[in-house]
Amino acid sequence: MNILVTVVMRDLRLAMRRKSEVLSAMFFFVVVAALFPLAIGPEPAMLRQIGPGVLWVGALLASMLALSRLFEVDHRDGALEQMLLSPHPLWLLVLGKMLAHWLLSGLPLVILAPVLGLQFHLSPDELALLSLTLLLGTPVLSCIGAIGAALTLGVRGGGVLISLLVLPLFVPVLVFGAGAVQALSSGLGAQAHVSILLALLLPALFFSPWACSAALRIALE
Amino acid sequence: MTIRWFYYAAPPNFYALAGRLWPWLAALAGILALAGLWIGFGLAPADAQQGEGYRIIFVHVPVSWMSMIIYLAMAFWSILGLTFNTRLSGMMTRALAPTGAMFAFLSLWTGALWGKPMWGAWWVWDARLTSELILFFLYLGYMALTSAIDDVRRADRAGALIAIVGAINVPIIYFSVKWWNTLHQGASVSLTRSPSMAQIMLWGMLLMALAFWAYTLAIVCYRVRSLIIERERHADWVQALPEVAGVKS
Repeated sequence: MNILVTVVMRDLRLAMRRKSEVLSAMFFFVVVAALFPLAIGPEPAMLRQIGPGVLWVGALLASMLALSRLFEVDHRDGALEQMLLSPHPLWLLVLGKMLAHWLLSGLPLVILAPVLGLQFHLSPDELALLSLTLLLGTPVLSCIGAIGAALTLGVRGGGVLISLLVLPLFVPVLVFGAGAVQALSSGLGAQAHVSILLALLLPALFFSPWACSAALRIALE
Repeated sequence: MTIRWFYYAAPPNFYALAGRLWPWLAALAGILALAGLWIGFGLAPADAQQGEGYRIIFVHVPVSWMSMIIYLAMAFWSILGLTFNTRLSGMMTRALAPTGAMFAFLSLWTGALWGKPMWGAWWVWDARLTSELILFFLYLGYMALTSAIDDVRRADRAGALIAIVGAINVPIIYFSVKWWNTLHQGASVSLTRSPSMAQIMLWGMLLMALAFWAYTLAIVCYRVRSLIIERERHADWVQALPEVAGVKS
């Protein structure tokens, strides 16, 4: 447990030394969300309908932006190899890095989303639900994305490759995340969606550190 | 009779076996396809509701089956490759992927050709169409990853991992898209046709499915042979092959 906290704190501290990288992913999210009303038109009814979907797609892309750096820096300076050699279980270290990735790229989106949702004329209930689904869904993105990041470590054109690998795997999260808000606004109730998001989160948390450490061993053998 | 699995796991032995098998499989595929097409276009009557347009199912349905089965086969070889660490498994997965991608693409394309006259639209966001599209993306992702990594052993193992992760996700994606579809709007068109299909149509479809199976096995044998001699080109046994002897590596 101690080592998990150590890894998370280390990654957070490293990220705070280079704030621009964290901030640029957040501003990317804000800019993408602002582009849609400009492209589609300012009618409130239309914006209200597309809002949850747009914000979810934006969150997907923003959390992917930070993925290519998840292992890259540690790989370059050799820290990753030390992690592989360390006596601590690799999956625990990987879980720490995933957690740090989520705290830096997922959590800011959860906090920002309600503000951006206001621009899309979402009601308070919908805004709360949007945040809740992002809170449950973005960790899954970090989990699945970390596997992609580990597999493409040090590979030519890794950044684009990650998106091709992991975006198809993000589909279930997107469907239930954005679907929850739309189910609420159409009067169906969102409980089923939220339960399923949670059901996606738990196995992802359980299996992905394991798959991710296997991928790291393949990349660094 | 026992099959010596591990004997054929060695590339030189499998190279010889695949060389003997693939012409027969290719011929079988040709014969079965001719028979299937003859039944499909010659013997089977026009459908009561869909007229002549339904005949695309003789290609569309078997092609869709193959696109799913090949992904499962890739996952199977990937598990074998990661557990037994055999070189051949990675090559089999690599050889299967382009064929699977082709079948997934053909499935989407023939589906569009069928959808236009039947539903009046080239594309609808139906659960099956959408998950087939995502399956196609998964094939592309696999091929992009393996071709981006220069070291073949690492490429094989990385590809194996993403193939397994993808195979676990395929059912989740299918059900999520299905729910998404039903929750959004009532499906205006349903793909489920009546289960009572004329016997002759069923035969045509089965023959075509067998033809595509034989084709896949033949092309995979052929492609694996190419992969084997490409990767083992410095080995003595490859240099001694009559088909390689004259060529400088």
